[in-house]
Amino acid sequence: MIRVILPAHLRTLARSGPGEVELDVQGEVTQRSVLDALEARYPTLRGTIRDQVTQQRRPFMRFFACEEDLSHEPPDASLPAAVASGVEPLLVVGAIAGG
Amino acid sequence: MSKVRVLVGTRKGAFVLTSDGKRDKWDVSGPHFAGWELYHLKGSPADPNRLYASQSSGWSGQVMQRSNDGGKTWEPVGNKFVYDGVPGTHQWYDGTPHPWEFKRVWHLEPSLTDPDTVYAGVEDAALFRSSDGGQNWEELSGLRGHGTGPKWQPGAGGMCLHTIILDPSDPKRIYIAISAAGAFRSDDAGKSWKPINRGLRSQYIPDPDAEVGHCVHHVAMHPSRPGVLFMQKHWDVMRSDNAGDLWHEVSGNLPTDFGFTIDVHAHEPETIYVVPIKSDSEHFVPDGKLRVYRSRTGGNEWEALTKGLPQNDCYVNVLRDAMAVDSLDKCGVYFGTTGGQVYASADAGDSWAPIVRDLPSVLSIEVQTLP
Repeated sequence: MIRVILPAHLRTLARSGPGEVELDVQGEVTQRSVLDALEARYPTLRGTIRDQVTQQRRPFMRFFACEEDLSHEPPDASLPAAVASGVEPLLVVGAIAGG
Repeated sequence: MSKVRVLVGTRKGAFVLTSDGKRDKWDVSGPHFAGWELYHLKGSPADPNRLYASQSSGWSGQVMQRSNDGGKTWEPVGNKFVYDGVPGTHQWYDGTPHPWEFKRVWHLEPSLTDPDTVYAGVEDAALFRSSDGGQNWEELSGLRGHGTGPKWQPGAGGMCLHTIILDPSDPKRIYIAISAAGAFRSDDAGKSWKPINRGLRSQYIPDPDAEVGHCVHHVAMHPSRPGVLFMQKHWDVMRSDNAGDLWHEVSGNLPTDFGFTIDVHAHEPETIYVVPIKSDSEHFVPDGKLRVYRSRTGGNEWEALTKGLPQNDCYVNVLRDAMAVDSLDKCGVYFGTTGGQVYASADAGDSWAPIVRDLPSVLSIEVQTLP
């Protein structure tokens, strides 16, 4: 079970409830496979974390896990074992910016 | 008794204001989509409980919302806007070619007859249409591809398609406007387009009479006279009596002919409203006075409407989509400010009162007159 923590405004949009999202991810656990599973569960999140056409991460969204910024890792790179095993969550973070 | 519903888009959410026909006591609901920018909300003329809303943020991009109960509840619909074919380039601020990139939806225009059909004007400038209630969007690419697209360039607010007008007497005729390209007309339901900017004169572009490149801020039409158009350009208030084929200036005695919004009285097609704004860099009302100007002669002769509006120490702006009218008798006029006030007049502008004073900065106002 993969644990994902979404920013508050995306939890509201997805109506996913106040806590973490738990996802079953088939195959290798990567940014892409986690986001695929997340968007399959919550289709309203399509386009809000990554572009729907290019699949590129939106500039002000970041991916953190295990105290590391994984935002610039390739989307098909394996996420840390602690994320894949559900010990640690993958954090989707909106940049602290703007007014 | 008739009712009025005012749809307010702000920098930090949407608000729905409702009143009975007297328009003196208001119920305020919201914020809907708190924290998001709501560039525009608009109801279907064919089903007033069907509303569409453009929700966006710098973090999470574009989301589209739809309501089937007049704004009490909402559901996200499709937000995939993909340009048709190879997007090509337009001019960037420095004059270099820049690829078309979708940023947000500025304006939504529901069909006059079908609640499931709605047009979306987007940045970078293009026109999209959905015929399934907003689930799927297709570009009407004849506009972007008609030939002058590479010459279009962004205004300070981005290269946005901000105005869409559907002709009630001719379902094939559509007007749109783009900053900074100009106004365009289709006579075949959006397949092909032509610029309609003859008569516009813009000293801030290399060729003041160019076919495209004019910073049109907003265009308004009275449904009983769809061939008569009124335009607030970056500078100049303009009028066309032949569906945009030729424009002439009607700024007349306005204190400044710069502004963003323009609208037409619901029952008097020669009565129009603007809010003059001080430019070029200030972009607030002149002299600290919030004044709506009304012309009862289709332009040229303007009177200041001030009763109930602040006449000192006021430094707000009124944006292009932030004025609307109801169709009650007397005509109600509404506008929102960047200071978060929404003002209403239940007597065609003679007197004004705030419905709310402290909303986030107002981006858009639409009004529905309900049975």
